[in-house]
Amino acid sequence: MAETAQVKLTIKDFQSDQDVRWCPGCGDYSILAQIQRIFPEFPHKKENYVAVSGIGCSSRFPYYMDVYGLHGIHGRAPAIATGVKLANPNLDVWVATGDGDGLSIGGNHMIHMLRRNVNIKVLLFNNEIYGLTKGQFSPTSKLGQLTKSTPSGVIDPPFIPVSLALGAGATFVARTMDRDPKHLQEIVRRVEKHHGSAFVEIYQNCVVFNDAAFFQYTEKETRDDNVVYLEHGKPLVFGKNKEKGVRLNGFTPEVVDITNGKYSTGDILVHNEDDSTLAFILANMIHNPALPRPMGVFLAQDRTTYEDAMQAQIAKAKAKKGEGDLQKLLDGEETWDIS
Amino acid sequence: MAKSLETLEEVTIRFAGDSGDGMQLTGTQFTNSVAALGADLSTLPDYPAEIRAPAGTTYGVSGFQIKFGSTDILTPGDACDVLVAMNPAALITNRKLLRDGGIIIVNEDTFNDKNLKLANLTTNPLEDGSLTKFQVHRIAISKLTAAALEDMNLSTKFMDKTKNFFALGLMYWMYNRPIDQSVKFIREKFSSKDPQVAEANIRVLKAGYNFGDTTEFFTTRYDVRPAQLPAGKYRNIMGNVATALGLVAAAKKAGLDLFLGSYPITPASDILHELSHLKEYGVKTFQAEDEIAAICSAIGASYAGALAATTTSGPGLALKTEALGLAIMLELPLIIVDVQRGGPSTGLPTKTEQSDLLQAVLGRNGEAPLCVIAASTPVDCFTAAYEAARIAVKFMTPVMCLTDGYLGNGAEPWRVPRVEELSPIPVRFATDPKGFQPYSRNPETLARPWAIPGTPGLEHRIGGLEKDQLTGNISYDPENHDIMVKTRAEKIERIANDIPLQTVEGDPKGDLLVVGWGSTYGAIKTAVASARERGLSVSHAHIMYLNPFPKNLGKILGNYPKILVPEINNGQLVRLLRAKYLIPAIGFNVVKGLPLRAEEIENTINDILGGNNG
Repeated sequence: MAETAQVKLTIKDFQSDQDVRWCPGCGDYSILAQIQRIFPEFPHKKENYVAVSGIGCSSRFPYYMDVYGLHGIHGRAPAIATGVKLANPNLDVWVATGDGDGLSIGGNHMIHMLRRNVNIKVLLFNNEIYGLTKGQFSPTSKLGQLTKSTPSGVIDPPFIPVSLALGAGATFVARTMDRDPKHLQEIVRRVEKHHGSAFVEIYQNCVVFNDAAFFQYTEKETRDDNVVYLEHGKPLVFGKNKEKGVRLNGFTPEVVDITNGKYSTGDILVHNEDDSTLAFILANMIHNPALPRPMGVFLAQDRTTYEDAMQAQIAKAKAKKGEGDLQKLLDGEETWDIS
Repeated sequence: MAKSLETLEEVTIRFAGDSGDGMQLTGTQFTNSVAALGADLSTLPDYPAEIRAPAGTTYGVSGFQIKFGSTDILTPGDACDVLVAMNPAALITNRKLLRDGGIIIVNEDTFNDKNLKLANLTTNPLEDGSLTKFQVHRIAISKLTAAALEDMNLSTKFMDKTKNFFALGLMYWMYNRPIDQSVKFIREKFSSKDPQVAEANIRVLKAGYNFGDTTEFFTTRYDVRPAQLPAGKYRNIMGNVATALGLVAAAKKAGLDLFLGSYPITPASDILHELSHLKEYGVKTFQAEDEIAAICSAIGASYAGALAATTTSGPGLALKTEALGLAIMLELPLIIVDVQRGGPSTGLPTKTEQSDLLQAVLGRNGEAPLCVIAASTPVDCFTAAYEAARIAVKFMTPVMCLTDGYLGNGAEPWRVPRVEELSPIPVRFATDPKGFQPYSRNPETLARPWAIPGTPGLEHRIGGLEKDQLTGNISYDPENHDIMVKTRAEKIERIANDIPLQTVEGDPKGDLLVVGWGSTYGAIKTAVASARERGLSVSHAHIMYLNPFPKNLGKILGNYPKILVPEINNGQLVRLLRAKYLIPAIGFNVVKGLPLRAEEIENTINDILGGNNG
């Protein structure tokens, strides 16, 4: 077939004709808008995109994208998406999920998809609450949090989604925020380039049931002192005037002042996206409230994808035995004739 | 000494021993040899759920039964003619299956105090007179095996592991079968790993054969002639293999890749194993993290344009239930194979049962109609799987294919179909964006278009929420929901226009119709044939299509004042028939984890018709 010039896609090509029905002010609007804005940049055909989701507010995402979409059942999006990708590895498969869908009812599918490194991109909208069922705690809600189902406070410790993904063996793990559109776009661009399972936790504000849960990281007034942006090969410095840095004391990160003469930029931890040990240390910074919250790519590694390995086995079998002959298969090894 | 050769029409042999004794292998080898002879046959592997239950105990006994003959063999046999028992536990748990006057061959070396105690025996059955109605052959199989291997410098433990081949060799001699095929098998299986192992097993096999030939233990050998089967090319096949081949054949005929999403479960795993070897046929097997992921991956693959299937057994089907509802809602083709086993819950994993019928037909939330078909013999598993795929693709719907442990593990000769004989499975993916609507319908079948990702201009969204009857967009409109519920039901009903009419074996009218489904086919057919020979007015209808039923089924049922429905459950088909046709059908239900016996069905027929039990 003759190569035809790819039609230039625009934001409109990714907006479906369905009314968006999230609550006014929901962080999901921003995430949807950034995705629709940058998808036209990517070199893929529109018809090759497939958006798969489970159940929850975030899982309505496929209805609003004008691409192939499958709104599945609660928690099962990674499993459905795996089937889509294995059946046709040429498709660009994205999963939209949430903290309840992806880490509670669907936690098992999530870890196994990441472990296999199926080339599927996961956007996990983390709002630390069940929104669609109206306000019960989720597996990322904070200890002590008062919710509809925990009037005396949450007593189960939360998952750290980034740590969970790293522990499952994901090859690409990142964190970003709904209220930082530029950073969100940058991360999605990186996700698109990754060949393998990509897991992105997106801090997402639920205006109705868990408003302002992430404001210390997302709002201008507090962000600089509470967030450190991870950049490959660069030191972890932060603060309004880049006056602070994260230093490793043994295996323990600590915040140091790099302006008072005791420490300089040279003492500061330099990020390496290819270092899974470092990624775990960064992910666990969440346990120490004195440390800033890392945003960006924790880990990006190359590993054979599941579907490539599967295709290779098929190709090898065909090369060795030739294209399967159905009659020969039915006849089997030992037959006898009756006349 | 001269030994006489006696011709038999049919024989039933049961091999029984510890689950570590290799009885399944012995039985399978014997089966392959008998199959090559051209006899008709039917087998019943009967083994415990534990991989290696404690040696010598009654619950660790593994059995393999084969009936073969020159006649039409329909079941693995009600009663055995020969029992090969490798230890006291095997003898004691299986002797009740032996006909009076039957032959028992025991490994007498195992009848020591320890094994008698393990089998809960206070006296030795070889000496306490409890076996007088049988012909008992006490053979020192362990000692003879050791003697055959004397100069090979092998451990006692290793030598003991080969003794099943002694029993096999002896049975080959007794039934006039050559040992060549098993010699070839042993060489292929063991030579590359350890030539000494191959050599030892072959020696023991030959020792068993020669023992029959040279000692005076046995004066008679038996000969079974080839059966009069329809002309064609034949092979021996197990039900689970037939299911796998049915799926591959359907995919090839449809021009699609086969995708199997599955999770290991007894007794269905062999389908996954079989298909995982067929990569050169473009088959993709995905062993998922659980039953739910298995069916969900298959749904995803179907959405992307593969012929997708998932295989499981009862408890696994329960886990797949929600996703099955999604497949019904999405209206995508999907084949779900349920190799039924004893339930409820974990139940009897290695035993057979027909107790998932209601789960298959009805077991989902909401109004979720599903096409259900069932295989009736091991060979029929091929047809049922193929037919499930054909219907799934034509009607854009999931289809449940029911088999069971007995069918899945049982084997029989198969007249292998020619590929060109198989009915075509045409597939037409939607490609034209003009006027495309995801839920527009074929006026005849009510199937919606199969529009797969990668097709320009057909981008659309589907999901588990109720959909608009045309666009597929989310719709909470009450009228639309009513229409969609009824349309989904109507679509499944219309499958009845596309399947064969129900047939009856016997007479179109009469006093009694025995209605069955699934693996009871052979037993019911045998029972009905025998009752008819004695002049009773009884016929047999075996239903393959369980939802929807064939269009003429109601009319057929009306032609008999009495309807008997034997099932290996507590009355499931009988319930569906009563509900749909308002008939006073009665059930015959034995739920022991074993196939129904022809004799017990015939006795019930006699009871109903007032016949003579003979």
